[in-house]
Amino acid sequence: MIKNLSVALVGNPNSGKTSLFNALTGLNYKVSNFPGTTVEKKIGVCKLSDNKKAELIDLPGTYSLYPKSADEVVTYDLLRNSPETNYPDLVLFIADASNLKRNLLLLSQVADLGVPVILALNMVDIAERRGIFYDEKLLSNALNIPVVSINARKRTGVHEIKKILLEEHHNTVKYFDPEFPQPDFIEKICAITDKKNHYAALQYAINASIFTTTKSKEIKELFEKYHFDARAFQEKEILHRYRVIDDAVRISRKQKEGSFTKSLTKSADKILTHRFAGLFLFLLLMFLVFQAIFSWSSYPMSWVEIAFTKSSEFIASSLPTGILNDLIVHGVLAGLSGVMVFLPQIIILFAFIAILEDVGYMARVGFIMDRIMRPFGLNGKSIVPLIGGMACAVPSIMSSRSIENKKERLITILVTPLMSCSARLPVYALLISMLVPDGSSWGPFNLKGIILMLMYVIGFAAAMFSAFIFKYFVKAETKNHFLMELPGYKLPVIQNILIILYDKGKAFVWGAGKIIVAVSVILWALASFGPSDKMQSIDKKYAEVLSQPNQNIEAIKTQKSSEKLQASYAGEFGKLIEPAIRPLGFDWKIGIALLTSLAAREVFVGTMSTIYSVGGNGSIDDLSSIQHKMSIETDSVTGKPVYSTATVLSLLIFYAFALQCMSTVSVVRTETKSWKWAGVQFVYMTALAYLSCLLIFHIVS
Amino acid sequence: MNLSEIKYGQKATVVKVCDNELSLKLMEMGLLPGETVSLENIAPFGDPIAIRVGEYKMCLRLEDASFIEIKLTS
Repeated sequence: MIKNLSVALVGNPNSGKTSLFNALTGLNYKVSNFPGTTVEKKIGVCKLSDNKKAELIDLPGTYSLYPKSADEVVTYDLLRNSPETNYPDLVLFIADASNLKRNLLLLSQVADLGVPVILALNMVDIAERRGIFYDEKLLSNALNIPVVSINARKRTGVHEIKKILLEEHHNTVKYFDPEFPQPDFIEKICAITDKKNHYAALQYAINASIFTTTKSKEIKELFEKYHFDARAFQEKEILHRYRVIDDAVRISRKQKEGSFTKSLTKSADKILTHRFAGLFLFLLLMFLVFQAIFSWSSYPMSWVEIAFTKSSEFIASSLPTGILNDLIVHGVLAGLSGVMVFLPQIIILFAFIAILEDVGYMARVGFIMDRIMRPFGLNGKSIVPLIGGMACAVPSIMSSRSIENKKERLITILVTPLMSCSARLPVYALLISMLVPDGSSWGPFNLKGIILMLMYVIGFAAAMFSAFIFKYFVKAETKNHFLMELPGYKLPVIQNILIILYDKGKAFVWGAGKIIVAVSVILWALASFGPSDKMQSIDKKYAEVLSQPNQNIEAIKTQKSSEKLQASYAGEFGKLIEPAIRPLGFDWKIGIALLTSLAAREVFVGTMSTIYSVGGNGSIDDLSSIQHKMSIETDSVTGKPVYSTATVLSLLIFYAFALQCMSTVSVVRTETKSWKWAGVQFVYMTALAYLSCLLIFHIVS
Repeated sequence: MNLSEIKYGQKATVVKVCDNELSLKLMEMGLLPGETVSLENIAPFGDPIAIRVGEYKMCLRLEDASFIEIKLTS
């Protein structure tokens, strides 16, 4: 078997890396983790010829090989490890032709590590509109590497890239060769860093403190002994590289008509970053997103609902009655349908966020929000994780890696889970629909949409409030800055968006689905079985009642099921914690749901569906919506509805604030590299939830 | 004068990036002596600002911009 060619895809942020990756690999990719870490590694396979394939590794965008932020470290970490077996055979470097000089700085650094580089020149059309033309051949000669003009968004140039990848031999080049008056200095650096390439060794020595503490101390002593000033060296390096780049660019570039000043980006930014219009349009956009989530999703949601009802009915009637039938219909399907029905809403939310990011608007939101975020110990860049947190906290916490300042990054990580994520959406949607009758509106607006938006505002307010408090407790190591590129606006690429939606949709269905099926089965068992003496006595009692004539059999069956549920293991469990949650307005059935949704919030809806399905009378008519079942539920002691306004509001707030997501806990642990902050986060959010619910419940009731 | 004082419509060249922890990053991002800069946008509340550096647009806080010495060209 021929060994696959291993290719790393490297480039600046906003250079079109994702588009090129998608163009080369399509859906033929896998997301896994770098060994021993939770850093995501996206590897795709690209067919070069009938018998040769390339394995493409997608790396986070970076501006330089002296990493300033955690995501830049990921890229550097792969490129520095030349002796390792998974080191790429070559680097496919993607550069934005409309901004070539700055892009080539990183290219020249990467090439100097001793790995062959191919340059894919992207966004040539944008450059040409501004009157900038590059001669591929001249640029290739000047840089001494292969150059291909491509349009990643339109997928042109892919064939040419494959042709170059297929070539037998790939050159390495050198743009910058560090020179030292004392030759033994660099030899010692090479020895200590275990590298032969002088530049790679020195660069690793300068970056060493990120990876190792013991070696970094030795290196520091060596630097002092030889009076080596790392800063001055880096400055010299940057200036040298830009001189080489300037020459190459000058030789290969032709200026024609066209200008930057007339660009669409310029006029769009006049409005979108305007001091009044910019803020207003941002809020308006958010408002429209929440309206869309409710209005556009109603049809697809009802299709999912119908599909589940039909299959439940089909299985209930076609399988022989018994434990298996019961388990599938009242355990698995009831749990699954409760959550899957929200898939359309989640997809709509992810679509909006992906489009705003792809178009280039998210960077503007960071720009206009930076001043507002600053007093809270946050940064304009925090807005991307925070808005992303409305979809899911886990990737958002990872996206906080772009924040250079450690304090601002940590605070962003700590408060992001307070943003209402898509897992809360099913819970909110269910509870809000119990609060507001169908079709209610406020003027022309959907009232449910408005309350939903309010929930997101509450989450955001809580996040900002907590950030403000944390500002005084988290120590700062360095001063904070806000330095960010504002990329030109581009039309979204439908394929890129669809791939993101496919990924997220699949992750939700499988990820949540697995947990929900497991929890549903366990829950069904716990709710169906109980201490045998108690269960038997209930069976005996109702056998006697039912043997008497002229009874309302259906009503008695329902009563029996509900008594059995109380006596079951699940019931006992719920009863056990009831004293702790009674002050918040929750009964033991909600208690069961709180416990099961400790791992993932969306399980709440599935649990409720299972509990009320097991507790029902078991007939096929009983497969009505969970919302209906909950709204007619009455307290067995007081006879009042369980889900009063106060209880529903209290539940809403509980799910808005409490950290019920094991994935978040684990990602925070790995991103902060300690259990400490994961623990702090879990405790403060739970306390915030409990106290707020206590307050809300007592004020309203 | 320094970059934080630049006004709409003015063009300038970078004279010097003063030595602080951000200066290497600024140079990597293309803010080198001799490079042309101009003001593009001002965020609500007057800070940060977006400037055009060479062929692209970037934003930074006024405080950080004050470390960049410039000379007006028009």
